[in-house]
Amino acid sequence: MSQLVFIVFQDNDDSRYLAEAVMEDNPHAEIQHQPALIRIQAEKRLVINRETMEEKLARDWDVQEMLVNVISIGGNVDEDDDHFILEWN
Amino acid sequence: MAVQNKKLNLKDKYQYLTRDMSWEPTYQKKEDIFPHEDFEGIKITDWSQWEDPFRLTMDSYWKYQAEKEKKLYAIFDAFAQNNGHQNISDARYVNALKLFIGGISPLEHGAYQGYAKAGRQFSGAGARVACQMQSIDELRHSQTQQHAMSHYNKHFNGLHDAAHMHDRVWFLSVPKSFFDDARTAGPFEFLTAISFSFEYVLTNLVFVPFMSGAAYNGDMATVTFGFSAQSDEARHMTLGLEVIKFILEQHEDNVPIVQRWIDKWFWRGFRLLSLVSLMMDYMLPNKVMSWAEAWEVYYEQNGGALFKDLERYGIRPPKYQEVANDAKHHLSHQLWTTFYQYSYATNFHTWVPEKEEMDWMSEKYPDTFDKYYRPRYEFLAKEAAAGRRFYNNTLPQLCQVCQVPNLFTEMGAPTKLSHRQLVHEGERYHFCSEGCCDIFKHEPEKYVQAWLPVHQIYQGNCEGEDIETVVQKYYHINIGEDNFEYLGSPDHKRWMAIKGEKPADENQDAA
Repeated sequence: MSQLVFIVFQDNDDSRYLAEAVMEDNPHAEIQHQPALIRIQAEKRLVINRETMEEKLARDWDVQEMLVNVISIGGNVDEDDDHFILEWN
Repeated sequence: MAVQNKKLNLKDKYQYLTRDMSWEPTYQKKEDIFPHEDFEGIKITDWSQWEDPFRLTMDSYWKYQAEKEKKLYAIFDAFAQNNGHQNISDARYVNALKLFIGGISPLEHGAYQGYAKAGRQFSGAGARVACQMQSIDELRHSQTQQHAMSHYNKHFNGLHDAAHMHDRVWFLSVPKSFFDDARTAGPFEFLTAISFSFEYVLTNLVFVPFMSGAAYNGDMATVTFGFSAQSDEARHMTLGLEVIKFILEQHEDNVPIVQRWIDKWFWRGFRLLSLVSLMMDYMLPNKVMSWAEAWEVYYEQNGGALFKDLERYGIRPPKYQEVANDAKHHLSHQLWTTFYQYSYATNFHTWVPEKEEMDWMSEKYPDTFDKYYRPRYEFLAKEAAAGRRFYNNTLPQLCQVCQVPNLFTEMGAPTKLSHRQLVHEGERYHFCSEGCCDIFKHEPEKYVQAWLPVHQIYQGNCEGEDIETVVQKYYHINIGEDNFEYLGSPDHKRWMAIKGEKPADENQDAA
């Protein structure tokens, strides 16, 4: 059986960069656009890297800034200063 | 004294907050300080294993929460200043908000109280901090929801006394009794019930597809509070999953206790969310996703992945999950036809879905809608057109546990009513399902005390014997304004006037 992790963002300016970064770092992920939200799902694992986001935004970016735009997640969370990972065992 | 200027990383900061600011008591016994920690039978051998993956410290918490509030209130202001209520898809939509403010917002308030209480009861500092933050979040949700809806209250009926109604109105005893059940349990059951079963497994169904639907129906204020609340929920959900893993890793004796709680709270949550099924299928004039589709994505798919992950602890999926999965084809239709009959006692309106909506339902529910439900609506529409809008004057029998009227059908037999009963100490009790009957059997002394609205009315405990008095005086539902059929209601007429159209045919006025 497939085991999908997912993250849902509000559809806004910040999230468009987030979605771009996520899709770049997770080529196996699938992106869905629904009214007012962007949903990204992937088999087993999804990673968001601070470094990629900082490149996209051309400024410093704190991983916890993401909390303002996240609507929902599915999967075990592992967060530190450099990345945010969603994963199923 | 050496001064260190090194910037702390996230893990260190969190460690300082949740460990180094806690202390071991010396002049009081630990079990006297935390008297509720043991009685449920959960064994915790090492609280230091508690891990909050978000590692949120107070300074970041206030910073991000303040930012969320500023964004949210800027949108509330814009919505009110620009008469946002005039830009929704249709006034029928507002009925979903009436259900929301009476049924869901008070649960946010209950969660605020519940987490404040649970947070006091754990001897582990990490769990206390997480519960405290969640308690503050839940208070924020309750308040922002009331602020958002106060604008609608100026223009539509039925939103004027939600807190009062939550404590008294028959169908609102479903959410109220759910949360009271959780809050009167011990602290570990409370977390399993609310953080895990409700927040992690089920709330996505309310706050993701329904809120997306609110956006699609032009309700800028609701979608914004919904998503703002849900941005806290992402943290709560993570906590819910961590709580479960923490308890299960602490001691093998915890596994059967947690499994029983998961079975119970999945089922209770599923019954509660049947209210959301009709908000999605019937109360969103512009449709985004059906209840069945939302259930497939947010329960079957996500829940499947989750329970596969928990297999390694000896946890299996909830006991009655098959029944819930089968019910996705029927739930909203069975519930809406029930509310349609009892609209004289609700603070929101009901109606027969329009033809295009029924066609949408045929497409989304190909195996059930045309066969079982469309004919009922065609009949009800014909009756209403002939001046006989149907209301059922016999009050329904309620389930002793979930308090939903016994209206659902058996799995695989959609014309057979699901009903269980048993005798306990000389009294006969009725249930909507095997799931609810099981819950009763395990703790009969708790559920015999249920305050069942229909029983209370018939016993004369609701300020009067006739329904009109109960509805008006005891519930504070304004007869002829808040209740009955949507077509011809004051809300309907007001909406027609906003849109510059003539009021609907006066013959279709509510009884």
